Amino acid sequence: MTLALTLEQLLNGIQFGVMLFLMASGLTLIFGVMGLINLAHGSLYMVGAFVCAYVTGITGSFWLGLLAGALGAAIMGVIVEVLVIRRLYQRDHLDQVLATFALILILSEGTALVFGSQPLWLDIPSVLKGSIELGSVVYPVYRILIIIVGVLVALGLYLLISRTRIGMKIRAGENDREMIGALGVNISVLYTFVFAVGAALAGLAGSLVGALQSVEVGMGEPVLILAFVVIVIGGIGSIKGALIGAMLVGIVDTLGRVLLPSFFQWFMEPSAAASVGSALASMLIYLLMAIILAIKPKGLFPAND
Amino acid sequence: MINSITSLNFTKNMSRESWVNLLLLVVIVSVPIIATLMDEVYYVNLSTRIIIIAMAAVGLNFALGFGGMVSFGHAAFFGLGGYVAGIAAFHSFEGTLFLGLIPASDQMLLIWPVALLGAAMIALLIGAISLRTQGVYFIMITLAFAQMIYYFSISLTTYGGEDGLSIILRNNFAIGNSNNPLHFFALCFFALLMSLWLSHRMVGSRFGAALTMAKLNETRLATAGIEPYSIRLVAFVVSAMITAFAGALFADLNGFVDPSMLSWHRSGEIIVIVVLGGVGRLFGPIAGAIAFVLLETFLGGFTDRWQLFLGLVLLGVVLFARGGLIGLMTGNARHG
Repeated sequence: MTLALTLEQLLNGIQFGVMLFLMASGLTLIFGVMGLINLAHGSLYMVGAFVCAYVTGITGSFWLGLLAGALGAAIMGVIVEVLVIRRLYQRDHLDQVLATFALILILSEGTALVFGSQPLWLDIPSVLKGSIELGSVVYPVYRILIIIVGVLVALGLYLLISRTRIGMKIRAGENDREMIGALGVNISVLYTFVFAVGAALAGLAGSLVGALQSVEVGMGEPVLILAFVVIVIGGIGSIKGALIGAMLVGIVDTLGRVLLPSFFQWFMEPSAAASVGSALASMLIYLLMAIILAIKPKGLFPAND
Repeated sequence: MINSITSLNFTKNMSRESWVNLLLLVVIVSVPIIATLMDEVYYVNLSTRIIIIAMAAVGLNFALGFGGMVSFGHAAFFGLGGYVAGIAAFHSFEGTLFLGLIPASDQMLLIWPVALLGAAMIALLIGAISLRTQGVYFIMITLAFAQMIYYFSISLTTYGGEDGLSIILRNNFAIGNSNNPLHFFALCFFALLMSLWLSHRMVGSRFGAALTMAKLNETRLATAGIEPYSIRLVAFVVSAMITAFAGALFADLNGFVDPSMLSWHRSGEIIVIVVLGGVGRLFGPIAGAIAFVLLETFLGGFTDRWQLFLGLVLLGVVLFARGGLIGLMTGNARHG
């Protein structure tokens, strides 16, 4: 494998990691602040992608679609939080898993009812369609945009949490929920806000990825499971852990998918090597997670819990 | 805390719960017999499907209901059992050797021990690592291991990879004709009774008391000189074995195995069945499986969007009916 190809795959890994970070940061924030395990996060990702594809289709503007995707997911997040999620904060994890599993079924079928079962396609503006040269590598502009968006979101989240008043409340909420309630912060509004931020990030991720693949029902589920792997590796509740975990998973998964099939070609037929290699590459990140958890049962950066 | 005491609490509700349990058994045995008399094979097979899915849930209920371990990866064991049955049938049909070494058999009495042993070994490995973690981490790591095995099953190109493997001739049992729907139902029903009896006896034993205490107060158990970790590990392995047994029967029922038997959706469904019936109640999985399969079959025949209704029902049960169906029927909505 040439150096240029390795670099290109490394960039792909970073781009994938950035997308995972958008999902994982919301999940980990929601878990850190409210102690909620939200399986329906992947559905918010899907809702974002559908709204983005729909609005882009009507207005012809991808940028408007992107905004609508994030906003649509946030609004859906608020609706879901107020109707269902709110009742789950005091419940045990089993109830949370089940109720949010039920939400996956409802949101998936609901989306199929509203938008139909056919996949939608998202067109990106022609400005983003080309490629640029980065040294020896020619790389698509659109994927670079995703990386930039991810870096901006990471920076924004950092500033929001460490520099603003609402961020202070979020940090306080992670440490001691009763106390900040007693100090006069409206907990339930804070929780809805955090949930909406998480949902908006998921919607943004879905909208961005929607242009790379088809927008269809069930698209959120593989991503959801990977995002869970990310936050478990990073330590549930830690945004820093989510960032590092996302990069780790993104790069290991992408490189594994390229390297393993060519590795198996040494002693197998090409077609068999391709299928065995790619299936084993899918196992790689779970192996990574098992090893990390066997050594550090609370992840790399355990948040205080 | 999911529930306070084991399923056989000797309160005045006990009698009512036993009546409900008995009723469930009578219904589930009489339906296939009546269906056979009326020549409706479809309903016999539907009952067998309910029985087998109930058994998979009995397995999970042992870990989840009695041991408090929320495993989100039991589909891996279900699929493992299925693949053992499928691979055995495949090789004995083709007359080839497994891995080019081991002759295959189509005798269920040989296939089942292999499935149980395989599940036990994998569960021991998964459990040993997963049980070091708790809470959400446990849920997620069991999910991750199940995903690993799921992708492994896709990589099995010899056995159909993503497309799965057809069982052309159902495996044979020593007595009776396994291809006769009613005989096969009887076989599965007997297996279900065995698994119920096993969980009942284990929960009622000293081991069961320790397992319940591991869920309720692990420090107290440790103070009594019993290590919670090994108690949980044994329960996890037994639970996986019961579910794998059900998987082997499921493959023979459908004449087909594919990776979707191991998907995380399936793991979710097994949890749903346990909770729908009532967590930690011995007969809960049967009530849950009846409700689930009937919903799937009849709503599924009536609309493609049946999962929407499943989601709504499930949400209702989680939010408002915490004792599950058995809890509703006995009027004893035990809170955890």
